[in-house]
Parts: sequence; C-alpha cells; structure tokens
Amino acid sequence: MVERIDELSQRYGLQVDPTAPVWRLSIGERQKVEVLKLLLADAQILILDEPTRSLAPHEVEGLFRVFANLRRDGYAVVFITHKLPEVLACADRITVMRRGRVAGTLAGSEATESGLVSLMFGGGGIESPHRGGKTPREGVQPLLELRQVSTRAQGEATGLQEVNLTVLPGEIVGVAGVSGNGQRELGDVILGLERCARGTKYLWGQDATHWSVARIRASGVAFIPEDPLGMAVVAGMTVQENMALADTRKYARQGGLSMDWAAVREDLERSLKRLGFTIPSLDLRVGTLSGGNIQRVVLAREMARNPRLILAFYPTRGLDVRSAVAARELLVASRDAGAGVLLISEDLGELFSLIDLLVVLFRGRIVGTSKPQEITVNKVGYLMTGSRGGTWVE
Amino acid sequence: MIGSFWAGLLSGSVHAGTPLLYATLGEAIEERAGIVNLGLEGVMLMGAVVGFSTTVQTGNAAVGVLAAALTGGVFNLIFGFLVITRQANQLASGLALMFCGVGLSALVGAPYIGSRIKGLNEVRIPLLSDLPLVGATFFHYDILVYLVVPLSILVWWVLFYTRWGLILRAVGENPTAAFAAGKDPHRVQYQALFIAGMLGGIAGAHLSLALAKTWAEWMTAGRGFIAVALVIFSKWHPLRAIAGALLFGGAIAFQLQMQARGVPVSPFLLDMLPYLLSLAVLAVWGGARRHAAPASLGRVFQGTE
Amino acid sequence: MGRIRELVRGLRTSRNGGMSGFFRFVGLFGLAFGVFAVVLLIFGKNPLKAYADIFSSTLGSAYGFSEVLVKMIPLILTAVAVAVPSRIWLINVGGEGQLYVGALFATWGALTCSNLPAWILLPWMFLLGFIGGGLWASISGVLRAKGWASETISTLLLNYVAILLVNFFVFGPWKDSESANYPQTAAFVHAAILPAFGGTRLHLGFAFAFLALILFHFVLSRTRWGLEIRAIGGNAEAARRNGIPTTRYIVLLMFIGGGVAGLAGMSEVSGIQGQLRPSLSPGYGFAGFLISWMAGGNPLGIAAAAFLLAIIASGGDILQMAHGLPGSVVNILMALILFVVLARRGWKVGGK
Repeated sequence: MVERIDELSQRYGLQVDPTAPVWRLSIGERQKVEVLKLLLADAQILILDEPTRSLAPHEVEGLFRVFANLRRDGYAVVFITHKLPEVLACADRITVMRRGRVAGTLAGSEATESGLVSLMFGGGGIESPHRGGKTPREGVQPLLELRQVSTRAQGEATGLQEVNLTVLPGEIVGVAGVSGNGQRELGDVILGLERCARGTKYLWGQDATHWSVARIRASGVAFIPEDPLGMAVVAGMTVQENMALADTRKYARQGGLSMDWAAVREDLERSLKRLGFTIPSLDLRVGTLSGGNIQRVVLAREMARNPRLILAFYPTRGLDVRSAVAARELLVASRDAGAGVLLISEDLGELFSLIDLLVVLFRGRIVGTSKPQEITVNKVGYLMTGSRGGTWVE
Repeated sequence: MIGSFWAGLLSGSVHAGTPLLYATLGEAIEERAGIVNLGLEGVMLMGAVVGFSTTVQTGNAAVGVLAAALTGGVFNLIFGFLVITRQANQLASGLALMFCGVGLSALVGAPYIGSRIKGLNEVRIPLLSDLPLVGATFFHYDILVYLVVPLSILVWWVLFYTRWGLILRAVGENPTAAFAAGKDPHRVQYQALFIAGMLGGIAGAHLSLALAKTWAEWMTAGRGFIAVALVIFSKWHPLRAIAGALLFGGAIAFQLQMQARGVPVSPFLLDMLPYLLSLAVLAVWGGARRHAAPASLGRVFQGTE
Repeated sequence: MGRIRELVRGLRTSRNGGMSGFFRFVGLFGLAFGVFAVVLLIFGKNPLKAYADIFSSTLGSAYGFSEVLVKMIPLILTAVAVAVPSRIWLINVGGEGQLYVGALFATWGALTCSNLPAWILLPWMFLLGFIGGGLWASISGVLRAKGWASETISTLLLNYVAILLVNFFVFGPWKDSESANYPQTAAFVHAAILPAFGGTRLHLGFAFAFLALILFHFVLSRTRWGLEIRAIGGNAEAARRNGIPTTRYIVLLMFIGGGVAGLAGMSEVSGIQGQLRPSLSPGYGFAGFLISWMAGGNPLGIAAAAFLLAIIASGGDILQMAHGLPGSVVNILMALILFVVLARRGWKVGGK
C-alpha cells in the first residue's frame, strides 16, 4: 500500500505524508489525499467540485500541475468552479451552466473572460433600474451601520472581514455574490445570532453590537431567510402559531397565560391580503405546505409588523412569477414608505431592477460598492467571481 | 506513618481502578464505533452476579470470570439489537439495559446476598512480591489486575494497528463513508459491542470476586457511569484510560484510607469524590473534548442522531 | 369537556401515532408480560399465580387500589420531571437525585420549623422541596446551557451524589438519637405530615400530581411560554432566529423538572414515611423516566403509564412478600416493556 502511494505521489506530484492524521493536514494536503484515494481505487474519471475554494495561490498552481500530469496519462478530469481565471488556465473544454441548464460550451483556447461572464449571467438585456437614486445619502441617520465588522470563521464557513455597510431609510441595498461568500454570516451578524469578533454594529443610531436577537427583532428588523423551512418556521406548528412566534410578547395576554389568537389571525390575514397571497388554511401545519407557500407565510409574517429594516435573502426563490412580482413590489413599497432593505440575491436581473445601491461580497469582504446605473453586469460578475484580482476598476 | 498512607492509597487505587479500567476499555471500544452505552452499569452487574454465583457453584474463580465475560457479551448484544438493528435511541436503550441488569442481577443473586467467598486469589510473582515496600504495594494482586494494563495495550494496538480497528474507527467517525467504502458498519458494531460486553462483565466480576468478595444488590454503585465519564476524560484512547482509571480508583481508595485512619470526615462525603470528580472532568474538559469524540458519537449527545 | 377532548386529540395526534398505535401498544405490553412470565418460570415461580396475586392485591380491594394510587403520586411527578425538559429534547435521568434533594430540603424545613402550624409548615415544605430539586437539576441545566456537559451524564452522576448527601445527613447531623440502629431522622411532627384520606395512605400529594399534569398540559398548550417551548422543540434554529432565548429555557426547564421531582421527594417523606431514610425511593426517578418516554411526554399517557407501573410496583411488594423474590425484580419487567417499545422501528418514543 505504502509503495503504491509513493509511486502515485511521485508520478502526479501529490506528495503528502501518508502517516499523518488527516486533521493535521492543510486543506491543500487533504485535497491531495482525496485525489490519491481516487487514484488508488483505480478511478478513470475524477470529478472535483470547487477544489480551489480554500487553496492558496501556490497550492492552486500545484493542483493544475497535477491535472496536467493526470491528463497526460489518460485520466479525465471534470473540474467544477466559478473562478474564471482558473478555468481559463487549465481547461481543454469549458461548459457554462446557468439556472440548471447548459448555457453554452466553448473550447478552452477560444474562451475569454467576457465571453464566459456573458454566458454565466446572461450578458446584456438587463433593464436599467427604473427606480432609485432618489434619496440623498448625506445627513440622514442610517438604519443599519456596520463598521469594520469581522466575524470568526467556523470551520469551512467564511468569516466576514472588515465589512463596512450602511443602509439608509428609504433605500434598497443589494448584496451580490456567489452563495457561500459570507451572505449567511452577514445576516447572522446583523440579526445578533453571531458575535462581532471585531467592529461595531449600529441600529437606528444606537450601538447594537451586544443586543440580543429578541431585542433586535422587536426594534423593527425583519428577517426573510434563504431556507424558510429550516430557519424561520417550525414545521410541526400551524401557520397561525408560526405567525405568533415572531412576536410572542405582543400577542400574549394576562401576562403570558394565554395567547390572543384572534389578533394573530387578523394580523396575518391582513398581511396576506396586502400581499395578494392566499394560503389554503391558517390551521395547517407549515410542514405540509409547498415551499412557495412557506415562503409566502414568512413574507406575510415579517411584513405584518411594518419593519423598519428588512433583511431579505433570496426572497423570491421558489415563487411563481406573480408572487415574485408581488414580493418585489412589496419591498419597493416598504422602501418608498421609509424602510430600509438589505436584499441578498444571486439573480442579478432582480437586483438591478430593484436596488438603489449595489454591494458585492466576495470571500467575506465587500469588494465593490456602486450605484446600479454606474456599473455593468459584467463588471459585477467579475467582482463576484474574484476575477481581475478583485480590484474595483471603474 | 505517612509512607503507609501513600502506599495504601496507591495500591488501593490500582485495586479499585482495575474494574474501572476494564469497563472504560469496553466503553471506549463501543464509543469508537459510534455507540454510547449507558447500560454499562447493567452489564457490569450481570458480570458480577454471574461471576460470583458461578464461582460459588464450581468453586473455581477462573471459571467464574469466564462465565462473567460471556454473560456480559451476550447481555450487551440485547442492547446491540436495539440500537443497531432497530436503530432505537441509544441513550434510552442503554438505560433500559441498566434497569434490566439491575433487576436480573438482583434475581439471580438473591440466594447469594452476603455470602463471602475466597474469590480470586492473589497471585504472587516470585521475587517481585517479596520486595519490602514495593512488593507489598504492587505485587499482591489478583490476576485480573496484572492483566489489565497489558490488555489496554492490546486494545490500543488493535484499534490503531489492525484492519479491524481501522474499520471500527471509520464506522464511528462516519458510518456512511465506511459503508461507501464497502464495509458493513452493523457487523463491526455488533462485534465491538460483544467485546465491550465481555470487558464490562469482567469488570463486574472483579468487583464481586476480588474487591468485595461478596454479592450485594446494585454493588456497582454507578461505576458504569463513571466509566462513561472516564472515556471522555481519556479522549477515547485506551492508554490514557489507564491514567484516568488510576485517578478515579484513587478517589475511591481515598475514602477507604481516610476511614481506616479514623479521619473524622463522613465516609459519605468522601464517597462523593469519584462522582464529583467525573462531573468536574466533564465540565472542564467536556466541551473541548467533544471535538476529540468520534464524529458519529457527537450526534447522539446532541440529539440529532 | 373541551379540555378532555383536547387531551384525547393530543393522544391521537401524539408522536405515538394514534388509536391503532394504542392497540399495538397493548400488544407490545402483552409481549413484555409474556417474557417476564418466562423469567419467573426459570426461577421456579408460578407466573400465573404471581400475576393473579398482583392483580388481586392491587385491584381487588379498595385498600389495594388506594395503594396503587399512593404509588402513582411519585411516579407521575417524576414522569413530569422528565417530560418537561424533554420538550426541548433534554434528557433528564436525574429524577432520583432531584427527588432526594427535594426530600432533604423539605426535611430541613420539618426539623427546623417543627413548631409552626400545619397550614404554614406544609406549604413551606412544599416550596423547599421544589427549590431543592430544582436547584439540583439546574446544575445540569447550566452545564448543558454552557455547552460543557451532556445533561444525560451529569444528571446520572448527580443521582449518586444526592443519595450520598442524604446518607450523610441521616447518619450524621440529623440522626435520630432515639433509634440508635436505624439510619433515619427524627419522626416529623404531626404538622409536617401531609394529611391522608379515609383510613388509607392516600395523601394530599395526589393533588400535587394531578395539578402537575394539568399545569403541564395547560402551560404547554395555551401560554406564551408553552408556545416558545414548543417552538424550540420543533426547530431550535428557527426559534433562535425569532428571538426566543433558548439557553435560558434550557436552565429553566431543567429547574422546573427537578423541582417537580423534588416535590415527589417531599410528598414521599411527608406523606408516607414521616421521616427521612436512605431507602426513601425504590427507583422512582428511573421509573419516571420510563413512564415519560413511553407516554411520549403526553399528560394522559403519563397518567395511564403511571397507573400501570404503580400496579407493577405494588406487584413488586407482593412478589417480595409472597413469592420470596427481591423487590427490584420488577425492574426486569419495566426493562422488558421499554425494550419492546424501543424495538418497534419507526415508533419515536419521546421523539428522536
């Protein structure tokens, strides 16, 4: 066994100490272990999914050398990534996928960054924002302000690094980025679930760095998560009960001894009507509803409290066209009424049509800030994928 | 004489720590395979009672120990059936096993309550046993004490240097991965449980045949749970378990020494020492140690199993 | 009437799968009893006579029946002690220890305030019992809330510490000087004894048990805190994100659970024994765990299972006296019942 490992290591440049326990190895070394495992099992095709996510540049180069060696010996490698420079550096053939479909295939020699970005994000045809840029950014008390906020990365997740972010009343700030670059952590830190390792957080002008989740929510922050079933509702409880969860204090009577379900229903029905959503019954267990309906319930619940700051994560995911439009109009209406919205979405079209300010998140850092009229989709795509060294070029 | 206090404490630690170590080794093997057995207490009791009664019937303590080991192994398989084949909740199943062990051992042991036997004889090692102070302290034990440390080393070697041990540990970390690699996690787990049951049975037998040389209902008095804490304390490592068992055996022996010297501290307060120590160990190191646990095990304690 | 309907509906939609589940349940019991009969046979006892004796001594007379109810008191209370924390998936196996510490605190009250009238002394002992058990359990609660130790193990270990603590007091400072050989405290004054009904031993503690069940159901289904607790139990992540303070509830529910077990201790020492002895509890704490798990934490189920186990426990007395078996042999029957219940694949007793 050890001999075979040695032989393969030499041949393909996968030097790693076979006796070291895996937890002691760096990610790059673990990667090598994975590849070796596959080779030892006599695989002919190797599929690597986002292998360079946590690799340092020199380790990435090492990986490419391994690919070259494998290719030389007739192995096939399928390399899945969203990092354009890497793909351009080593691929013979590039297939671009978008929304579950193949958007196009290019030969490696013919591909260019801009060509790939157009395939990935749909190129032109994004309408210019039809609302926005109305509110002046000077002299107004921000609803949310993050100053140099950093969080500690847990395991494989991304920690935020020195994030500066401001949301003013009456504006929609859009956060663009590939999923997994810190969006979840951003939401958690604003909501109070995650502590700021460094930096301060201000809500409504007050230092909210150490506020509890309950306090933050009660002060007017709404949260529409990316996974409503897992993160916002309790599947085993009814729609009505879930409505009450958002603000149990409000609906409690007699010091908490009973709940005013009539008021809960009333608020929920009013909110659903305003949004134009219909739910089959308020007494159904949320777990039995479709994904879209669950999202609707969450939207209705959060908006019922007339929040001042809305954190919306992929809010229209899973919704049919009409409901998606209604949800978007809702966000805009809230904005017009003076609330602030932080909209996280992967859908650049949606972002561009709604937002007043765009921020791009990459690896936990804000790598670009701009008004939507002053930037092109392609440029956003570059920033999202870390191309051009991540520097913001006007 | 201060010297004799320490000597007495040390030898008491070794003596009392031996059943703890056997039990801990057994539990460590199980947990390495991803299974927590809170019913270890019941397994030990079954071993104690069967060992005792067999020795009384046959007059041969070695046969008693063997019978205890076999009983423990089989008894643990009941638990195995519940948690492996039926995928039942491990914590509840373990406690059910404990109840069963308590009741069944009381039933089997009823006619023997209070009888005293010669039990396991001391084994004299030529030359070493005759050394003045050291001999009296270290070389007047029964065979099970002498065997326990080599056994720990054997368990360590098996876990880390044999193929079977590797598969076992893989199952405890990530049974799906082990399965994907073509191993049958269930078979390995059953084997681990049987072995652990045998060790638990031996632990119980040592209690009734060597330490107390009698039978009393529920005579393990929570040692099975102390063993579970010890496993965490020793980071699931058989060699570190030796140190842990010595420490906890010392806590148990401490009370005896204090009593022998007529120190006016209530024996009950002293008796609390091993349990409080276990608790302290868990509190101080439990959080950190949790990361050293076999991955599949952690989910049991978080209730996401 | 509506309340009863709700409870029954709860049973139907409880985690145990409804009415057909109930009949399956009965069948499983039959299996357990059958195996126990075999065990009895192996040890030379006549199982039919044993079961007949159990039946006649428990249900065959008014006094026998009252004895069953007497045993139900601590069983229901210790079961609630497990059920309350189990709502947020905490496993409390320390009912035994919490019971003893509750009894300890109540005994202190009885011994130090022996000149108070009953209507002050008894409520005071009640309070002490609750606080004692509650504090004992919250040690484990805090350890768990901070992420330092699993409450399963810490409650288990603390059981032994509690019993030793009681032993310490009973053999030491509180030892009754009159009964030189028996380890027990002085007998309580009359004011410290819970009154009993109609010539039986059925004491006021029954009201505690009944109250505990009703409050448990009421709080969980109607109040704001019940809603939050159910949310944590249903999806702790979502509950946190909605601002529900999960760590606070961990400590709180352990405290309440321990407190109820402490009440079991207080009611046993005050209503039955009249003085504190180390043999106060023949394993009520563990039996409570069994009951709560079988019943899936449902109040009606707890009452039913407690009834069954009270019969079995009374049976233990008969088996001991008439058939010469050790009292703890009923543990085998209890274990068998738990085995068959656990072995049913897909039956989520008490949840996960």
